[in-house]
Amino acid sequence: MSFSEVRAHLGKFRVGIAGAGGLGSNCAVALARCGVGTLVISDFDVIEPANLNRQYFFSDQIGMLKTEALKENIHRINAEVVVIVHQKRLDPSNIPEIFSGCNIIVEAFDLADMKEMLIETVQMKMPGTPVIVGSGMAGWGKSENIKYRKIDDTLYVCGDETSEVSELLPPLAPRVAMVANMQANVVIEILMGIN
Amino acid sequence: MKIRLNNREQEFSSDSITVTEMLELKKFTFRMRIVKVNGILIPKEKYDSAIINDGDDVQMIYLMSGG
Repeated sequence: MSFSEVRAHLGKFRVGIAGAGGLGSNCAVALARCGVGTLVISDFDVIEPANLNRQYFFSDQIGMLKTEALKENIHRINAEVVVIVHQKRLDPSNIPEIFSGCNIIVEAFDLADMKEMLIETVQMKMPGTPVIVGSGMAGWGKSENIKYRKIDDTLYVCGDETSEVSELLPPLAPRVAMVANMQANVVIEILMGIN
Repeated sequence: MKIRLNNREQEFSSDSITVTEMLELKKFTFRMRIVKVNGILIPKEKYDSAIINDGDDVQMIYLMSGG
């Protein structure tokens, strides 16, 4: 299949991205480059200097809302992608509404308890919608430990499921972007399988 | 009883256990996780009451901060 055929197919779909940090920004950019039709991105944070070690933003965007900056960056890459942004703190009551109509939801949070909340909410309130989880990407090296697991048709996990971020084990661009792109790759695989 | 835990066979001496008991027996200490039994998500507040029986398929994801 040629890239123009791939792009035409992916253009029919809508993907939700919960969080626009290291995972969300890199995953969204990969999906935009491939031509996914609509991206629904939710985040409430502004860009800080410390984010630039791994997140898909630029130094002149410090202080901007991550959602607005990411929308701008995506449109500089592919102006055809429809980007819908929500400046909201996600919770079990607003997740089904914000991501309604999404074919897939990418879990792209930083904190483990938020990851858990999002997965539980989508699994229980949006049955049938696949969630692509990112878990375990702190530090550097150990590329061989980063893996992908399909739990079932609605739950996939990317990462090493071991390396938690700490003061001595910071998240860095290579491993975070590896997991983010692995998540994007799962999204593309699922969407390419839908007629 | 025998169950499948993350696609591997695991044996327990009792006929059925709760999710909490399984986590203790396996010494799973991660704070955040997702547990599914036979494809059904078990929310955290039901770990003490949800029962795992012989032949069940249990899937767990470990959730690590970072992103």
